[in-house]
Amino acid sequence: MDHIFFFYFAAVIAATSLLVVALRNPVYSALSLLIMFFHVAGLYVTLHAEFLAAVQIVVYAGAILVLYLFVVMLLSIKSEERYHSQLPVAGLLGVMLCTEVILLFIQSRTGAAAPAAADPIAGPGNTEMIGEALYSTYLFPFEVASLILLVAMIGAIILAKKDINEPVQ
Amino acid sequence: MAGSELLLEYLSRYFPILVFVFVALAFGAGTLLISYFVQPKYPEPEKLSTYECGSEPFSDARMPFPVRYYIFAMLFVIFDVEVIFLYPWAIVFNKIGLIGLIEMLIFIGLFLVAYVYAWRKGALEWD
Repeated sequence: MDHIFFFYFAAVIAATSLLVVALRNPVYSALSLLIMFFHVAGLYVTLHAEFLAAVQIVVYAGAILVLYLFVVMLLSIKSEERYHSQLPVAGLLGVMLCTEVILLFIQSRTGAAAPAAADPIAGPGNTEMIGEALYSTYLFPFEVASLILLVAMIGAIILAKKDINEPVQ
Repeated sequence: MAGSELLLEYLSRYFPILVFVFVALAFGAGTLLISYFVQPKYPEPEKLSTYECGSEPFSDARMPFPVRYYIFAMLFVIFDVEVIFLYPWAIVFNKIGLIGLIEMLIFIGLFLVAYVYAWRKGALEWD
């Protein structure tokens, strides 16, 4: 029974990921990416990672996808016809990745079962646990994340603003 | 089978969200379907043209957008990520106390630097 949810989300994720690279119109690719983000969020919910699911929807489906669509519109790509010369390299990488996945699958079949997860209903909330870990143990990475976002913002402004050195009236 | 029942009980808490998703999908699909079946159909070449009155479009609407849109998308992503960090902080605020407040003040202080930078450089202006 609990495999039904996993197989539904996994199948939709695989299908929409294929559509992202297979569709010729980049806007359609971005929209199938949106469906994929929502289903990844659903997969996180079945894994008891509610906070990650919410982040997936708010940040990826809400913000990152807007950024992708903006880039598509900035570059004004109508239809992508260029990637056929990449076929040998892509084929080689695909075979390597498939071998890896099959090897992992065989190993996981013979390996021990995963440890049982904590009780998701009675235990403390997912967001609460993340908050406790983030603001005590992982305090430094948290502050560094703020610095990285600051750098990203300055970089974006320098790249996109033409008259950056002119003073603002 | 205990794990399976536990997962079902856990997922049943998400049933209202599932209902919302289905209502949203049904509203979109239902509106299109009803208008498709109810509308009167008198197809005429003049009526099917892009504009019944006015000039025909002479170029593609999908022209390159100005790059200044990119700044707004990027600023939105960055402040979106900042807000995400506030949620777990607000939940554990009572436990981590004053240290947590100082941590978050440093975090938001760095964002304030970014905000002042964007403002001073005129990234929030359109022209």
